Amino acid sequence: MILLRSRSLVREKCVEGALFLSALLSIFTTLGIISILIFETYEFFKKVSIFDFLTDRQWTPMFVDKHFGILSLFAGTFLTTLIAMVVAIPIGLICAVFLSEYASNRMRTYVKPILEILAAVPTVVYGYFALLFVTPLLQKLIPDLAGFNALSPGIVMGIMIIPIISSLSEDAMHAVPMSLREGAYALGATRLQVALRVVLPAALSGITASLILGISRAIGETMIVAVAAGQQPRLTLNPLVPIETVTAYIVQVSLGDTPAGTIEYQTIFATGMSLFGVTFLLNILSYKLKKKFREAYE
Amino acid sequence: MNEKQRVNRKKLNKSLDKLFLILGFSVTLLALGILLTLILDIVQDGWGRLNLDFLTHFPSRKPQEAGILSAWVGTLWIMTLTSVIAFPLGVMAGIYLEEYAPQNRITNLIEINIANLAGVPSIIYGLLGLGLFVRFMHMGRSVISGGATLALLILPMIILSTREALRAVPFSIREAAYAIGATKWQTVRHQVLPSALPGIMTGTILAMSRAIGETAPLIMIGALTYIAFLPAPPLQSQFPFLHLNGLFDPFTVLPIQIFNWVSRPQKGFFEDAAAGIIILLGIAFLMNAVAIFLRTRYQKKIRW
Amino acid sequence: MSDEFQIKNLNAFYGSKQALKNINLDISEKTITALIGPSGCGKSTFIRCLNRMNDLVKSFHLEGDILYQGTDLYSGKWDVIDIRDKIGMVFQKPNPFPKSIRENITFGLKIRGMKDRNILEHITEQSLKKAAIWDEVKDRLNDHALSLSGGQQQRLCIARTLAVQPQVILFDEPCSALDPISTAKIEELMLEIKKDFTIIIVTHNMQQAARVSDQSGFFLLGELIEMGKTQDIFTNPHDKRTEDYITGRFG
Repeated sequence: MILLRSRSLVREKCVEGALFLSALLSIFTTLGIISILIFETYEFFKKVSIFDFLTDRQWTPMFVDKHFGILSLFAGTFLTTLIAMVVAIPIGLICAVFLSEYASNRMRTYVKPILEILAAVPTVVYGYFALLFVTPLLQKLIPDLAGFNALSPGIVMGIMIIPIISSLSEDAMHAVPMSLREGAYALGATRLQVALRVVLPAALSGITASLILGISRAIGETMIVAVAAGQQPRLTLNPLVPIETVTAYIVQVSLGDTPAGTIEYQTIFATGMSLFGVTFLLNILSYKLKKKFREAYE
Repeated sequence: MNEKQRVNRKKLNKSLDKLFLILGFSVTLLALGILLTLILDIVQDGWGRLNLDFLTHFPSRKPQEAGILSAWVGTLWIMTLTSVIAFPLGVMAGIYLEEYAPQNRITNLIEINIANLAGVPSIIYGLLGLGLFVRFMHMGRSVISGGATLALLILPMIILSTREALRAVPFSIREAAYAIGATKWQTVRHQVLPSALPGIMTGTILAMSRAIGETAPLIMIGALTYIAFLPAPPLQSQFPFLHLNGLFDPFTVLPIQIFNWVSRPQKGFFEDAAAGIIILLGIAFLMNAVAIFLRTRYQKKIRW
Repeated sequence: MSDEFQIKNLNAFYGSKQALKNINLDISEKTITALIGPSGCGKSTFIRCLNRMNDLVKSFHLEGDILYQGTDLYSGKWDVIDIRDKIGMVFQKPNPFPKSIRENITFGLKIRGMKDRNILEHITEQSLKKAAIWDEVKDRLNDHALSLSGGQQQRLCIARTLAVQPQVILFDEPCSALDPISTAKIEELMLEIKKDFTIIIVTHNMQQAARVSDQSGFFLLGELIEMGKTQDIFTNPHDKRTEDYITGRFG
């Protein structure tokens, strides 16, 4: 072959270098997040002691009598996340088992994408739904329910998370080899027995990964709670009264005109840092579990 | 266990099985029912406000006169910028990780890191945008800051779907190209990438449909909730016709406008919010539909 | 006739698993060499060492020398792209690019910087003719390659290899996925192009080896048990194991 090569080693190396830099950008994103959070959080802790931050029972940075007890905000986050998971875990798992073990292939191919639309709805839309549809509905059942509360956005957040759990769990169960099921069926087991005693245990790490991802999503969810949960940080587990989550607080501050360098400005980074830390741990855990599951079956 | 107990046990098992079938079916139906309720509720609330004026008016203090002109123009700006930034970077990173990356600690670190970034709450990206683009790089509370922030937000999604699409291309195609003397980049550029493109597009459109509804990060970087002007248009009648001054103008987007209306006490604004949601949902669903269409079409067409 | 390949003390490994043990063999130019043996015996691994296709497998490494025209393929003197320029390969499963028939042929030329439409057109026709598929596809060169039958796809892959004019063509069980008629066409084709190319074919089909090859090698468990003129191997094998295999006592 006569060589009219346009190829050159230099070009190959340049391309590879450019591709590598693009991949490296993700590392810089994380570094960017961490360094900005640390920088502002450091400034924050010059003015407020870590001990107060972690133990004070009040969060009132906008008031004259300032308190910086992040527990009040985390109580709100914990409460809404808990309610969301109480809704999402049973529904999501039942859907997953149903779709993976009971539904026909045809039904699964139609129902799964439709369910996934629930996760594609913008969260501000869910906020609207929680405030103007679910809360009035719940107030008919629970007269004591305040107009802003943890219950309604919690439930709606759960609805949003259903497809995260159902789809990822279904994927995990679907990946369990058919031979395992056949073994149990051959012994005369019913579908339910196969599902609960063979498929669920085999897919456990994949399912757990999806649950953790759901929790992480709930903790980081912002707009639903910003719209429908209120803006009153308080250390309570009562789902009927207005509360404030970590994320909703950050939004509340950003909506006002908060100059950089003030303590209010720095609080959003300190709270953001805590939020990032918690979701970071959950994400890594979920990643490791998913990887473990993949190594077992794929 | 005697014979009778066994028969009873068997019956119980069978009825439990049936029971779960019914339960599973109803719960799945319930989930779909909620989706339908949500859509119907919003359409009912907002349908009356949906008309041409709503699209061509700026927001107003009077609910009946308010419109989403600045919001949808802002959304268009942000979406364009986000895709222009995120698509090439995401695809390039995906190609590197799937086709080039050696198995070492740096690659491993990048992979864990991307998995984590995909799960970082969007509001944290808002803090990044605020600290990095708005303050540190002095880009201000502008369209470009917003676009760059959302680009970083959807980058992990594009990378992950690029990798998945590349992985679905059979290894034999790569072997075939190498065997006739193609270099790695020639193989990727001319054979692997074209085959993976439908999958990459599907993932990108899905990522964009998520970005279009993002509210929190843009609130963080200071997108305004009330805005009665548009960024300078990119095409102008004077030389050199293409102007990018608009990049540094303040902006709002559709979801923020909706949030603003939902947060008001007057009932009339709730209708505006619902009407805005109909449009936002319409676009988001349309993008999802296009993505699903692309996926099924190309799954059928290309078989190896 | 001079030696195209000289292989000396070749050992190959996937991770810690040894796939080839101390292989020594010479291959002359413009001949057909058949490598036979049961599956998993290392014959595919061996042929993939000759165009360094195994480089794509991360855990792979090898020891020993593979001299091509007197120079070691694995010494720094050869660029892997140049090797594949001289040594083409046809795979077990037809693997045309998911593009048009024409683009399948011209890809190899275009990446070498050839742009002249007329030359491209000419080489496309010549290679398809040599691969005995021209008459079947000449009216539909712009059709998708995957619309062809398996046998046609394989001949297209051969044409694609011929188009870049290598000196050696490696066939890795090229007919195992094909019907007998397509197989016969490809065997005929090999005998036809032998005058221009050195051909090495891996096959588990002993009749095929007997029909097309000048010399044959028998692999078993990573070792080259016996190597010689095809006629000798099939009529008068020296090694008991070769005899057992070709008479069908295991396989």
